[in-house]
Amino acid sequence: MTSASDNIISVRGLTTEFHGGRGDVRVLDNVSFDVGRGKIVGLVGESGSGKSMTALSLMGLVPQPQGQVTAQSILLDGKDISKLGAAEMRGIRGRDIAMVFQEPMTSLNPVRKVWEQVGEPLAIHKGLGRKAIRARVLEMFEMVGIPEPETRLDAYPHQLSGGLRQRAMIAMGLICEPKLLIADEPTTALDVTTQAQILQLMREMRDRVGTSIIMITHDLGIIAEMCDQVNVMYAGQMVEQADVFQLFENPSHPYTRGLLASIPRATEPPASRRMPSIPGMVPNLAKLPQGCRFSPRCAEVMPICRQTAPQLAGVGDGHAARCWLHTPQSALPQEETP
Amino acid sequence: MIPVAEPVASDVVLSTCNLTKHYRIGASHFGGAQRIVRAVDGVSLDIRARETFALVGESGCGKTTLGRVMLRLQEPTSGEIHYRGLDLIGQSEAQMRGLRKKLQIVFQDPYASLNPRMRIEEILAEPLRSHGFGSPAEIRERCAELLDMVGLRQQYLRNYPHQFSGGQRQRIGIARALANKPDFVVCDESVSALDVSIQAQVLNLLTDLQDQLSLTYFFITHDLAVVRQFANRVGVMFLGRLVEVGTTEEIFAQPLHPYTMLLMSAVPRPDPRQRGRERPLMQGEIPSPMNLPSGCRFHTRCPFARDICKTDDPALQEQGGRAVACHFPLDS
Repeated sequence: MTSASDNIISVRGLTTEFHGGRGDVRVLDNVSFDVGRGKIVGLVGESGSGKSMTALSLMGLVPQPQGQVTAQSILLDGKDISKLGAAEMRGIRGRDIAMVFQEPMTSLNPVRKVWEQVGEPLAIHKGLGRKAIRARVLEMFEMVGIPEPETRLDAYPHQLSGGLRQRAMIAMGLICEPKLLIADEPTTALDVTTQAQILQLMREMRDRVGTSIIMITHDLGIIAEMCDQVNVMYAGQMVEQADVFQLFENPSHPYTRGLLASIPRATEPPASRRMPSIPGMVPNLAKLPQGCRFSPRCAEVMPICRQTAPQLAGVGDGHAARCWLHTPQSALPQEETP
Repeated sequence: MIPVAEPVASDVVLSTCNLTKHYRIGASHFGGAQRIVRAVDGVSLDIRARETFALVGESGCGKTTLGRVMLRLQEPTSGEIHYRGLDLIGQSEAQMRGLRKKLQIVFQDPYASLNPRMRIEEILAEPLRSHGFGSPAEIRERCAELLDMVGLRQQYLRNYPHQFSGGQRQRIGIARALANKPDFVVCDESVSALDVSIQAQVLNLLTDLQDQLSLTYFFITHDLAVVRQFANRVGVMFLGRLVEVGTTEEIFAQPLHPYTMLLMSAVPRPDPRQRGRERPLMQGEIPSPMNLPSGCRFHTRCPFARDICKTDDPALQEQGGRAVACHFPLDS
């Protein structure tokens, strides 16, 4: 394992709960992961897996007071930010950790010029004046490949295409040179050719600025193209963590294996008319099954899986999975007799 | 009942000839010049019995409009549509209503396409009743049968749409489309909003239903991986035009149009060993359909464009079952 100082962020025991009329729902359960300096780390999972909630929890953006975020620690460049108050988090958001959202149209204010919005973090965190901000935004627009950057400064969001809006959002995310950029499905709303351009841009930015990136996506193709490390989430938990090559070549959790089998591939003819698929659906977080959360859908389920929840445990070099398959039969907990 | 000319059995289920849909926008009481959006601009194609014909293209290329105009859910500006030899444009409103039994559509958004205030039974019974399926008891029986067919339990008939997940709702949308035993089904991005594990389930369901019910699918999507898994033939659309048509295997093995090739190379591959591959990126942005480039519509983004491409608009030329609209197709 890497030492703490190699990680730009080190999350331990992140748990997020919502308290509502229908009781408490734990949407994130004891989530831990690291992001190495200058690395792109993927969070992958289906809807409701908790990947976006992880981002919002790290950013201090979980709605209050219904949402409650706790963590053993969240070390950002060695400093624990898990106990900071709202005001202190405001000093970190946009400066040390920035975020790019899925839908650039709804995350930009439609009645303000693009340059004012992209430059806003500079006004908040660096106290720069309008002239200096405008000059810096122009530089950023050039860097993220916005054509005719000077004329785009005074555009309103609706005057830009989806691809240009997402470039502007990335410019805004990077304008304070943050330590960590969290990109939540940054290309999901874009066409595939535009997506390829934006992914290319994010790789270049990582190489040039050295920003570490958390890439949140449901698309295993994007994970394979972009990430160094991968975290697979299911029903609010980490179920597998591995180096990207390990994950694709030696997936250790049946959920990961099922996902990899059920994606259609453009690069090879289909193996059969019907596709392998994972039966059933993601469980309701308010009514989780006993034992392993994936057990009702798992092709390799064993009696123990329906009784006792497995822990995330190492299965090899930097590779961990939350699955009883990797525990030798003799070491399995004794089954309770009903 | 209004007499409806009987459709004939034939190899081609639905065909279009020079189908065009133009929208006029701009001129309003606020002023402004009227402009024309050529959403669908002269599309001719044949869809054969029991095949899955996929229509791929990026947002704004006109694929959804084409699907809707084909079924006369929107009236075309010009051109012809034939369904099993019947001229659809010539059919009266009433005759069209009768034909709609056979021509169905499954929409993209399973949240928006089901009425939240209707129980599943009412949602499924509505098309049956409007086509005079039978007695209330027969309709009830058919609703139960439909749910069973799409893999949902009959007890769900009394539930409302919000009680279902996205995948289940899409199954209900499929059941509704199949209620009156259609022949031709347009699937407009029908699996795009679903998670991967659910997407595979719904694609398998569509495959099974096609086999059981001899359905023909017109499958509109932006996802090339789904096309390769699911379609027999593919049409690639760019700015209102078909630029390439062929069998799935031909097109994926050797795309002829530069746009098809660039579209394919842009798809992220779920294999980290391939991340270093050559990736020709398409430059710039899609031109506006209101302000089309001269000559070939793709020349402003095409890495292989030459002088003739800027002036002459290439026609879709057929050669041995494949067709391409390019002055310099990639195999030559």
